[in-house]
Amino acid sequence: MGVRKAITGAQAAAEAMRQINPDVVVAYPITPQTPIVEEFAKYVADGVVDTEMVPVESEHSAMSAAVGAETAGARAMSATSSQGLALMWEVVAATPGLRLPIVVSLVNRALSAPINIHCDHSDVMGVTTVGWVQIFSENAQEVYENTLLAVRVAEDSRVQLPVMVNQDGFITSHAVEPVEIFDDALVEKFVGVRSLDRALLDVEHAKSVGPLVLPDHYFEFKRAQEEAMSKVFEVYREVGTELSAITGKQYPFFETYHTDDAEAVVVVLNSAAGTAKAAVDAMRAQGKRVGLLKPILFRPFPYAEIREALKDIPVIGVLDRSMDFGACAPVYSEFRNALWALGKRPAMQSYIYGLGGRDIMTTEIEAVFEELLSGKLDAEHQRYIGLRG
Amino acid sequence: MSERKTWQEVELGIELPAATSLAYKTGGWRVLRPIFDPSACTHCMICVGYCPDMAIPVATSEAGVAGKGGRVFKGVVRVATNLDYCKGCGICAHECPSKAITMIREEEAEQASCKL
Amino acid sequence: MPTLQEIALKTSGADARIVSGHRMCSGCGIGSIIKTVLAASDKPVIVISATGCLEVVTTIYPFTAWNTPWMHVTFENAASVAAGVEAAYKALKRRGKIEGDVNILAVAGDGGTYDIGFQALSGALERRHKFMYLAYDNEGYMNTGNQRSGATPFGASTTTVPAGKISLGKPQWRKNLVEIVAAHRIPYVAQAAVNNTIDLYKKAQKGFNADGPAVLVVLQPCTSNWSFDSSLTIQYSKLAIETNFWPLYEIENGVVHVNTKPSNRKPIEDFLKGQSRFRHLFKPGNEHVIVEMQKMIDDEWARLLKLEESGIQL
Repeated sequence: MGVRKAITGAQAAAEAMRQINPDVVVAYPITPQTPIVEEFAKYVADGVVDTEMVPVESEHSAMSAAVGAETAGARAMSATSSQGLALMWEVVAATPGLRLPIVVSLVNRALSAPINIHCDHSDVMGVTTVGWVQIFSENAQEVYENTLLAVRVAEDSRVQLPVMVNQDGFITSHAVEPVEIFDDALVEKFVGVRSLDRALLDVEHAKSVGPLVLPDHYFEFKRAQEEAMSKVFEVYREVGTELSAITGKQYPFFETYHTDDAEAVVVVLNSAAGTAKAAVDAMRAQGKRVGLLKPILFRPFPYAEIREALKDIPVIGVLDRSMDFGACAPVYSEFRNALWALGKRPAMQSYIYGLGGRDIMTTEIEAVFEELLSGKLDAEHQRYIGLRG
Repeated sequence: MSERKTWQEVELGIELPAATSLAYKTGGWRVLRPIFDPSACTHCMICVGYCPDMAIPVATSEAGVAGKGGRVFKGVVRVATNLDYCKGCGICAHECPSKAITMIREEEAEQASCKL
Repeated sequence: MPTLQEIALKTSGADARIVSGHRMCSGCGIGSIIKTVLAASDKPVIVISATGCLEVVTTIYPFTAWNTPWMHVTFENAASVAAGVEAAYKALKRRGKIEGDVNILAVAGDGGTYDIGFQALSGALERRHKFMYLAYDNEGYMNTGNQRSGATPFGASTTTVPAGKISLGKPQWRKNLVEIVAAHRIPYVAQAAVNNTIDLYKKAQKGFNADGPAVLVVLQPCTSNWSFDSSLTIQYSKLAIETNFWPLYEIENGVVHVNTKPSNRKPIEDFLKGQSRFRHLFKPGNEHVIVEMQKMIDDEWARLLKLEESGIQL
């Protein structure tokens, strides 16, 4: 089918962008996202793509120019990390309100302070409330495929919302893995071209985009935005089915690994799910019935499907790579919400791990499983993995 | 003033068709009304250029219209102020080199038109 | 040479790119500025508005006064959004998805230009996007009630730097945006004012037709927060020119040209009086502020003339 290449997660994102060949790419470099724009800039420099690339002076301008390009009628993409996302936050929040299907590659990095360039999820968890579709990727292969999927989900007429495709900074973005790149022509056909129906550059049908909306209608616009988000589930499934025809893979809302008969399940996003799979394998080899649930589609959050998948699991540990200081951690919160409606609720434990790029080992996840199986839990307090003191 | 839409009806992407503000009449703001005296006008277009409310319409007249000193002005000519939108700022009256516009209080203008 | 008749036809006819029913304050000159600038384009114009007076008053949902494609995103990014629109235009045209030419116009007030939008403007100019940037300068954050900006003149009282028992208003002179912009070596930058329609129109034409980015900075006396009668907007603009407070000049491919040279420049008091923001300067004991202001204006004017005379290419 495809061609296997030894590339990094960042290159995988750039490969997807090469095949998408967007009308416009706007980006500002930031570690660890930089190799994505560098790689893509090479494609532009060599004429491999004919994208109009705008090397802006800040992330705020990156998202602003992406919004301008998309409103004008182009398919626009960008990429960022951490501080960059924080700087563009204002425009990030405006994008779904304007219903612009921009796809952004987010290479997850810890948010300052202290300043740190390594992986955690404090960047993305700061923007989950503003209305972007959020997709998470365990490895470079998933980064590549999720990026292709994202364009179609974003631009579907029922959705028209922006999408972030997340990958772990350095761990995924800079590690070389074999990635299967599918046929250019097939992918080109799959991603298609963006419709010009809403193009501001259609000067024959002048319109005003982004007017001041007062209390008489603001609320209605926000409710309409929520409706679009609710359509993502069906569109994601349909687009996933289409992509399967090329890749032969499935595109579920989340992945389960040995959960069917599990007595304890760990939930974890992105690259640590790979580590957790190794821990599950090791535990299973010892005859312990443990499993993993890896969320992929995090916004919109598939509450019903998660509830169904975990309804018979007695104990669940949720591992968060960011904190919501003074409140439950973000992934834990969602899982607690999802499982609240169950008649027989599982025991749950919240864990924080890996902040600022601290490694997490299979042995540490095995210890989590042992703790979950032991029943010695504390629902009122989150626990910390790999923290001194 | 405007029809209230439901969330199912509001425009995708907050996109409005052009020039809908023509349905919003700002003439009601006016305290002073410009009274235009065509017989004093030279159709210099100074008032038209300055009018912030685009409330002084123009026309193209081949035959021409009579203006200051009985002269006939051809080409682009100004016509009566559009009171649907004129906010009565008085810039036109202040800037008119021919004093062809005077501002009078709305009540007086109303009374004058009633008498007619 | 354009005529007022030609401009009047374009701004008041069916093809006008901005129409009545907007909610600018009575007597606000922005209406005259924007319609004149829009009329100067011989191609369709895509407008990108920063948050500010013009944006608020022209697009209160569901009403829009724009009869040309228009968009708004946030306060500080008009230039960046315009850069994105221009990139889209180039890409879509290259790929044969759209036809025809357009002009791209970014519009912001002085807050959105001198202050919060400054970086975006500088970046877009440096990248040489083909667009025109129009700053309507009312010398402060007037949409929100007269807060200080980088364009607020020396001595002016604002709500964030008010004149008081020990304060004489803004202690700094405004930044020279035109020269800062010129330092980007863009093909065209000009300073204009609402009272001179023909000059403004010509400058807008040059800006639209420039081979690269162009910037227009236009003085817009604010009837609401400079607090003068709504009929006097043009009068105050004239006084700003006649006192050399706001010289009309342009820098075309680096060459400075002063468009208007008042034969007998009026004293700055003529411009200051009647404006609430300068009222405190007329109190006994504060005369020295006006003296200082006069000196700065005269020095700046002399400097500008020298610059023009020297023929030095900026």
